[in-house]
Amino acid sequence: MSDWKFMARQLVKNPLSLAGIIIISIFVIIAIFAPLIAPPPEGHLDHYMIPRDGYSATPKLPSEEHIFGTTEGQYDIFYGVIWGTRSAFRVGLVVIGIVLVTGILLGSLAGYFGGIIDEVIMRITDIFLAFPALILAMAIVAALGPSLRSVMIALTVVSWPSYARLIRGDILQVREEDYIEASRGIGASNFRVIMRHALPNAIYPTLVMASLDIGAVVLTAAALSFLGLGAPEGYADWGQLTSFARNWIVGPSSDPLRYWFAVTIPGLFILFFVLGWNLLGDAFRDILDPRLARR
Amino acid sequence: MELRSYIIRRLLFLIPVLFGVTIFIFGITMLFSPIERASLYVTDARQMTNIPQLIETYGLDQPFWVQYGNWISEVFSGNLGWSRVVGMPVGDAIWAFLPATLELSIFATPIIILMGIFLGTKAAAHKDRPLDHGTRVMAIFGWSLPTFWLGLILMMVFYGYFTGLLPPSRLSIPMELVVNSASFIRYTHINTIDAILNLKGAVFLDALRHLILPVITLSVTQVAFIMRLMRSSMLESLGKGYILTARAKGLSERVVVNKHARRNALIPVITVAGYVFAGMVNGVVITETIFTYKGLGWWAWQSAVRLDIASVLGFALFNSVLFVLVNLVVDILYTRVDPRVRLGGVMQ
Repeated sequence: MSDWKFMARQLVKNPLSLAGIIIISIFVIIAIFAPLIAPPPEGHLDHYMIPRDGYSATPKLPSEEHIFGTTEGQYDIFYGVIWGTRSAFRVGLVVIGIVLVTGILLGSLAGYFGGIIDEVIMRITDIFLAFPALILAMAIVAALGPSLRSVMIALTVVSWPSYARLIRGDILQVREEDYIEASRGIGASNFRVIMRHALPNAIYPTLVMASLDIGAVVLTAAALSFLGLGAPEGYADWGQLTSFARNWIVGPSSDPLRYWFAVTIPGLFILFFVLGWNLLGDAFRDILDPRLARR
Repeated sequence: MELRSYIIRRLLFLIPVLFGVTIFIFGITMLFSPIERASLYVTDARQMTNIPQLIETYGLDQPFWVQYGNWISEVFSGNLGWSRVVGMPVGDAIWAFLPATLELSIFATPIIILMGIFLGTKAAAHKDRPLDHGTRVMAIFGWSLPTFWLGLILMMVFYGYFTGLLPPSRLSIPMELVVNSASFIRYTHINTIDAILNLKGAVFLDALRHLILPVITLSVTQVAFIMRLMRSSMLESLGKGYILTARAKGLSERVVVNKHARRNALIPVITVAGYVFAGMVNGVVITETIFTYKGLGWWAWQSAVRLDIASVLGFALFNSVLFVLVNLVVDILYTRVDPRVRLGGVMQ
C-alpha cells in the first residue's frame, strides 16, 4: 500500500497532475450532482433528454433562464453539458470496464498457456488492429444502427485487442518467476495460479492504462456522436451538442460571432474532460517508468 | 536474415491477417438481411431494381461459407459493390475521391513530421525552461483537442470574422472554371499539382488558400503527438554517454543537439508512423466532414450516416489493406534506420 501513498504524493507534488486531479474531481462532482445543478423540469420523463424551449431553429443568446443559451432546436445548452457529463462518464466507464474484462481474460489465457492458444488469440488481435480505430467503429455503428449502445459496442470492439496484448506481455514476464513455479509445484490449478499469483503481479500497469484511457474513449465517442452516428437527437451528449452548432458557426454579417456560445461551450467540456485524463496519464507514466522519473 | 527474405516472410504473414479482415468484414454484413446485402454485389444502377435476381445469383440465402466464397471472388475481380450515396461502384468512388484526400495528406504529412520533430527537439533542448513548459502545455492541449471542435472554431473565426480570407470548399468559382476548361489537363486530379503542371499560378494559390484550414485541423493533434514523443525520446538520448563524449570534445551545443542527439532520437518516431497514419485517416473523416471537403473521408461519412453498407465496408477494407501495408513499410524502414534491429528476431 505504500506504493499507493508514494504515488499519491508524487501526483499532488506535480502541478500538471494536480491540475488533472482537480479537473477530473470537478467533473465527478458535476456528474454526481447533475440533478441539483440542472434540475429536470416537472414531469420530464427521461432526465437524459435535454428539455426544449420551443422548436425554432435559431439559437438564443445566453439569458437568465438559459445561462449558456439554447442551441439549434432550442435545446438548453447548460442542461445538455451538465447531464452530458454523466453520459461521458457512463460511456467511458462501461467501455473501459468491458474492455478490461475481455482483455484480461483473453490476454492472460494467451500469456499463461502460450502455444496454440496464444497464437490464435494474437492472430485475432492482429485482425482487429488492422483497421484505423474510427473507421472500424464507424462501420460497426453503421451496421448496428446509430445509437449510444452501438457506439459503446463499437468502442469495445476496437479497444480490447490492445489490452489483451498488454496483459499477455506482462503475464509472459511473470510466468517464469519462481513463485509461479512454486505454486504450480505444490499442485495449484492453472486457474488458481493465474488468479492468485500471475494476474495480481501483472495487472497493475494495465489498470492504470485503462483508467487513463477513459478520456480517449470519450473523445472517440464524441466524434462519432458529432458525425451523427451516436446518441439519439436531444440526448444529453457533448458531441451531439457540438454538431447542433454546425449550421450556426457564422452569424449574421453585422455580428459574425453571434452564436459563439453554441459552438464553443460543448467543445470546451470535451476538451477539459480529455485534458484532465491526459494530464493524469502523463504523470502516472512518469511515475511508473523509473527511467523517465529521474529526469 | 537477409532483408529480402524478411520482406517475403512479412508479405506471407499478411495473407492470414487479410483473410481474417475479410471474414470479419463479411461477418458484419451478415447483420443485414439479404435484401440490404444485395448492394454489395451490384455493379451498375439498373441492377439495383432487381434485388431478388441478385439474391438468387449470389446465393444470399446460402450458408455463410458459400456466401463468403462468392463475395471474396467478387472482391478479387475488383467488384466492391454499389455506392448508393454517389451512384457509382464503390471501387470507382474510392478512385474518384482519392485525389482530394491525397491533396490534404500531401500538405499535412510534412507539416506533422517537421513541426513535431522541430518542436520536440526544441522543448527537450530547453528542458524545464519557459520554452519547454510552453510547448508542453500546447502539446497536451493539442493532444486533447476534439478535432471536429477545432475545425468549427477555425471556421467561426475565418469564415465569420475574417470573411473571405480563407474561403470554404476546394476552389473558388472562377478557378473551378479554369480547372474544368478544356485547356487545363487533369493529370492527377490533385488541384495544386495539376496547377503546377499546367503552369497556372493563380489556380495553385487559390487551391492553397482553400487548403489551409483543413490542413491545420488535420495536423494539430498529430503534431502534438509527435512532439511529445520526440521530446521524451530526445531527453533519453541526451542522457547517453556519447552525448557526454561529444560535449567533452568541445562540440557546439547546436551540433550536439541536432546531429548526435536528434538522429538517435528519431528512431522511436519512425516506429509510430503507423499510428500517425491511422490517426490521419481518422482525422481525414472528421476534417473533410466539417469542411464539406469532398474526399474519401466525406464520402465515408455520408455513407455511414445514410447506412450505405457497401461503401462503408469497402472503405474499411481499403483502409485496412493500406494500414497493414504502411505498417510493413514502417517495419522495413525501421530495420534500415536502426542497424541494431535483427531481422530474424521476434515477430511478436
